[in-house]
Amino acid sequence: MKRLFPILSIFTAAFLAYALYRALVVAPTDALQGDVYRIIYYHVPSAWTALLLFLINFVASIVYLIRRSPKADMVALVCAEVGVVFCTVVLVTGPIWARPVWGIWWAPGDIRLTSTLVLWLIYVSYLVLRRFSSGAQTQMLAAALAVFGALDMPLVYFSIWFFRTQHPQPVIGGGGSMDPRMLHTLLINWAAFLCFAFLICWSRYRLEVVQREVEQAHALESLVGAGESAKASMPLSRSSQ
Amino acid sequence: MNSLWSVTLATLVKDIRLEWRSKDALNSMLFFSLLVVVIFMFSFDPLAEESRHIVGGLVWVAFLFASVVALNQTWARELRNQVLDAYRVSPAPANALFLAKALGNFIFVSVLEALMTPLFVIFYNLHVLGPAWQLIPVGLLGTWALVVNGTFFAAMSLRTRNREIMLPLLLFPISIPAVLGMVAATTAILTGENSAHFYIVLLLTYDVVFTTACLSLFGIILHAE
Amino acid sequence: MNAIKFLFAAYIATWLIHAFYIGTLVRRFGRLRQQWKELGKGK
Repeated sequence: MKRLFPILSIFTAAFLAYALYRALVVAPTDALQGDVYRIIYYHVPSAWTALLLFLINFVASIVYLIRRSPKADMVALVCAEVGVVFCTVVLVTGPIWARPVWGIWWAPGDIRLTSTLVLWLIYVSYLVLRRFSSGAQTQMLAAALAVFGALDMPLVYFSIWFFRTQHPQPVIGGGGSMDPRMLHTLLINWAAFLCFAFLICWSRYRLEVVQREVEQAHALESLVGAGESAKASMPLSRSSQ
Repeated sequence: MNSLWSVTLATLVKDIRLEWRSKDALNSMLFFSLLVVVIFMFSFDPLAEESRHIVGGLVWVAFLFASVVALNQTWARELRNQVLDAYRVSPAPANALFLAKALGNFIFVSVLEALMTPLFVIFYNLHVLGPAWQLIPVGLLGTWALVVNGTFFAAMSLRTRNREIMLPLLLFPISIPAVLGMVAATTAILTGENSAHFYIVLLLTYDVVFTTACLSLFGIILHAE
Repeated sequence: MNAIKFLFAAYIATWLIHAFYIGTLVRRFGRLRQQWKELGKGK
């Protein structure tokens, strides 16, 4: 396992470099938008990765609620955290693309931007909840919140969808077929980012495992320490047994 | 089923009686939303013709903030003297407790809304251009949407450090579609420019989905240790 | 072409965000290693 990690890191780095080369050099320039459109090679794969991670978070939370297995909880936590990072990338690159193409940084009525923002908010609140509660109950509360967040997403999407149809706003130039080279580049970038996300999740998972071990060791030590001091303070009752 | 309703009713009556004697939640909510109204009045020009377009948002933001005040007090009351632990070990169904608390909050927030709405009407010179009766289902469904999740998340944030601040952090992101529905429906009715039907259906869906979710997960939250 | 600036800004921003997150992970690992050492000393 430990030897696999550096090998995978090197592979991912090479893959990402190749994907970058494809995105900047191989893929043709867009007829309408010029070279700025190449932002989608980072924007769209990040969005798909984030959605996939949040989906895994939801499944893992359900599994936790049914089976109570700590592993499922750790998977849920890791996926939510890395998903928030990728979602942040989406939210940052989106406006950078929108400024030269639409002429505005943010289109408040645009469905994808706004629902991504709400998604981001929900999972940030999930991480905040995990941060501010302690003990075993955290996992149960977080799993319940993850279920609520997942239930909320379709409602968010539909509410903004209807809102938008009333207030027309510029949307991503839909329709039309993509150049196959563009599609391939997009998929290669997604694959590269999936590898990258997997690596990050793996490290975060190991971090979580070590952290829980350290916490357990701390608890054990304080328990032993308390036992020793109890023994010292009550020598008769303890030593007689 | 019978015991569910009798326990719900008993808890609800107890909460209402407590509130009737102290009027803690209601007074603080009322004063809080009054402050919000006054601050909004200074921040926006209430006499402008377009105030009809923004007042839907103002009303619901005021109610949302005020209901957080009440929701934070819901469970804090049961922490004293370990009442909540007594609930936990009692054979009473967990959902009965949740329903009672949610209904209690629903009543308090509805009373607040009934008292505050005339103030908004006076301050902003409102007269409704759309079908006014639709404001009643929007108000009822919107209030339930806030309160059902609010009661649940208040129970959740009870287990966290700095729980007072935790509730809005959990409640607001999840409530965004509901708030959007309430505000858009109210604006649509006030201006009479378009139909509010979609938003009422949206609120209804939201209520059904999250009431089911709350009822199926509340037992887990109550017994989480 | 002015718009090319936005392209580079987006790519750089992406990697900055990832680098920042990896940085927090490394820091947390470091802190844990130290705690682990202290625990070992305590025993």
